[in-house]
Amino acid sequence: MHLSPDDIILWQFGIFKINATIAFTWALMAVLTVGAWAITRRLSRALARSRWQNLLEIIVTGIEKQIADIGLVAPRNYVGFLGTLFLFVATASLFTIVPGYEPPTGSLSTTTALAMAVFVAVPMFGIAECGLREYLAAYLKPTVIMLPFNIISELSRTLALAARLFGNMMSGTMILAILLTITPFIFPIMLSALGLLTGMVQAYIFSVLAAVYIAAATRIRPPVRGGAAADTSSANTP
Amino acid sequence: MLIDWFTVVAQLLNFLILVWLLKRFLYQPVLDAIDAREQRIAKELAQADATRDAAQAEQTHFREQQAALEAQREALLATAAADADAEGQRLIEAARQRATELEAQQTQRLATQATALKQALAERTQREVFAVCRKALGDLADAGLESRMVATFVRRLQAARATDEAALLAGFKASTAPLVVRSAFALSDADRAAVQAALKDDLGIAQAPRFEIAPDRVAGIEIASAGQTLGWSIADYLDALQASVAELLAAPPAGESKPSIKLKVSTHAE
Repeated sequence: MHLSPDDIILWQFGIFKINATIAFTWALMAVLTVGAWAITRRLSRALARSRWQNLLEIIVTGIEKQIADIGLVAPRNYVGFLGTLFLFVATASLFTIVPGYEPPTGSLSTTTALAMAVFVAVPMFGIAECGLREYLAAYLKPTVIMLPFNIISELSRTLALAARLFGNMMSGTMILAILLTITPFIFPIMLSALGLLTGMVQAYIFSVLAAVYIAAATRIRPPVRGGAAADTSSANTP
Repeated sequence: MLIDWFTVVAQLLNFLILVWLLKRFLYQPVLDAIDAREQRIAKELAQADATRDAAQAEQTHFREQQAALEAQREALLATAAADADAEGQRLIEAARQRATELEAQQTQRLATQATALKQALAERTQREVFAVCRKALGDLADAGLESRMVATFVRRLQAARATDEAALLAGFKASTAPLVVRSAFALSDADRAAVQAALKDDLGIAQAPRFEIAPDRVAGIEIASAGQTLGWSIADYLDALQASVAELLAAPPAGESKPSIKLKVSTHAE
């Protein structure tokens, strides 16, 4: 039994290798991209439209609305990053119903990569919105003493993001594999369904937390400084 | 170790590539389509608003026009009603005047008809009365009456000598034409002798008369010679009376005139 799909090496040349994580990620990327292209190549701008276009519009506008609800002022600027986070994690969980599939999010490497992406994206969006000086000054708020704690907070929440998603996805896969060997077939099916639900919830949590971090970083401006600090502290709790 | 850093980097790159791909093929087209649709809907809503505003303006204009037309219609109706009343009054007046004229004409016509009827009735009554009198006197006449009339006639002849009829009697006397004595009934011998004696003794006419019977005389007697007659009869009496009544009916009543009984003297061809 593999603890992570990283252990399944398909091809290797020196340090370069293609493991199951990368391969399934490419597969997911191909499915998402081809599916989106197939539907959006004949988009209707009129009132009448296809069901698939309706589905895509519901997904995209749903993501945009969630981002707006979290408090980001211009949600379209973040739809690409946050939407892709959600769609990737959700699709990775959804495909667990396919036999032989190993979710890439069950790899700590993948979740670390996603968490690092968030870790990099948050200051990028914050600096783009508020400027470098003001963004860095936020680490000294409310006092200079809080600087190490703020830095630790940034690192710990990134680590938490990666560990949370990995733990949930890996545990689901592991439990399913264990139950398949010791229980009748009905329990793995039920746990598989539960795993789907858990995966969707994790996709939602991961993207919403990323959105909250970005929202906290982009609200450092003086009129909302107090609120931004509160958001930052509260964002550490999940 | 659970973390394979090559995989981490690769997954990071994969994720960034996926972000770009989905932006390129999913978010951007879908959001553009949604924006285009929203713009189109907004444009159609704006057009609908403009159309609605235009329709409301048109409706307001139409209502104002309708109100104006209604007012104009009311005014025209009032004028027409006033004109109709005036025309009605005029027609009624004309009809009343015409009726008055017709009534006057009718009254005049009725008066004329009444007068004519009255005239005809009077004439008819006159004729009937005289016809009845003539018939009644004719029925009552007989030889006895004739004798009395002869006596009256003789007495009149004798009295005539002193009147304006003397000239006529002289004409009889000088005439050589046959002398005819006409009566309604055949005269008795005594009457004939009385007449002859009166002619001969009182008038000096020596010529013997010829006696004839004339039933149309009703009762009476006359002598005729050379187209001249002298006599007295009830028929002459009735004729004189009828002429007098006819003259009375024809003329306005200006006074009473009594028919006179006198000897009738006429000249006519025998």
